Amino acid sequence: MSTIQNLNAFDPFADTGDSEAQPTNYIHIRIQQRNGRKTLTTVQGVPAEYDLKKILKVLKKDFACNGNIVKDDDLGEVIQLQGDQRVKVSEFLTGQLQLPKKNIKIHGF
Amino acid sequence: MSDLGFDTTLKKKKKVKKPTTEDSPGLDSKESTPQPPTDSSVDELFTGLKKKKKSSTKKSATTNEDSSIEKSKSPGLDEDLTASLGDLSLKKKKKKSTKNLDLNEFEQQLEEAGVEELGNINNNNNSQDDGFNVEQENLNNTLKYEDLLSRFFSILKKNNPELAGDRSGPKFRIPPPICQREGSKKTLFANVQEISSVLQRNPEHLIQYLFAELGTTGSIDGEKRLVLKGKFQPKQMESVLRRYIIEYVTCKTCKSMNTELKRESANRLHFLSCKACGSTKSVSSIKTGFQAQIGKRKKL
Ligand SMILES: [Zn+2]
Repeated sequence: MSTIQNLNAFDPFADTGDSEAQPTNYIHIRIQQRNGRKTLTTVQGVPAEYDLKKILKVLKKDFACNGNIVKDDDLGEVIQLQGDQRVKVSEFLTGQLQLPKKNIKIHGF
Repeated sequence: MSDLGFDTTLKKKKKVKKPTTEDSPGLDSKESTPQPPTDSSVDELFTGLKKKKKSSTKKSATTNEDSSIEKSKSPGLDEDLTASLGDLSLKKKKKKSTKNLDLNEFEQQLEEAGVEELGNINNNNNSQDDGFNVEQENLNNTLKYEDLLSRFFSILKKNNPELAGDRSGPKFRIPPPICQREGSKKTLFANVQEISSVLQRNPEHLIQYLFAELGTTGSIDGEKRLVLKGKFQPKQMESVLRRYIIEYVTCKTCKSMNTELKRESANRLHFLSCKACGSTKSVSSIKTGFQAQIGKRKKL
């Protein structure tokens, strides 16, 4: 009930939340160059509670591109999309799926 | 994050910007100088003062040595000088003109006296100190704090740009990446070595990061240039370099780029230790992540 600000409980050593406590939480969106000016976007680390197949279906329709799901031994299921869809994918993840933006890392140039 | 050494218009630099322009009206009314006391005018003033200093020192030297010749003229000069130094309500412009007069007269005297003062270095030094003190006094009385501050910062910037918070100095100016096309499918990144040495990083580390970020592979050619698979524009390379600098070069505490990347053998973690503020932070190792299979299909 203290009105004095300084008496409020504050732990200076508490976790600030910006440390990489759970690095597996990150969603990595990468780009790879294929032959010519063709590119490929990969989305790695989408949480398992989401149905990747349904997401892929929506993405393919929204971005008007083809795509597929690749199973990786270490990294789990990865969505692959044709073309540079990095910004659009990140918008989709933050907008439709309500994922925190700080968990999404866009790689590439 | 556009303020990473690539641009000369750094945020930090803006902060240090001189306050002279803000209080120009006050100065104007006080000193009634015809032109606003911008940097250039202040500089002018200082050069003028330097001239005066020189003249006064040399003059005293000559009066000491060639008193017999100069006696008739020097008192007048002294008066001139004291007038210009003592009367502080005088306008700057006027002062300058008197200084110039002094100089002219002095030069004439020099011609009359011949080249005597070469041998009187000691004398010169002593009198120079006196002159300097006089100058200091004069400065303190005429110049505003803001002018002195801006002068201090200009000198500091010239001699010690790091201390003035200017990271665009020669040490931390990152040369723009030079990207050439090699053939139709490869890119030649010519100055990786130079950039990594400016960033004080192992080129291997930077190259590893580039490979991971660009999702490609490559090799180093005979001239230590990096050959990357795929086409990349210098602008794209620059944005990747920016992210590398943010993640692995700049100190998270003080934003200095004067840092060191150390690998602790005990826990195999990379630590970023700042040479400016001494803070240490662990940085994540470079992960390539998922690499899509391109071209040939994976054999099942
Ligand atoms: Zn620091």
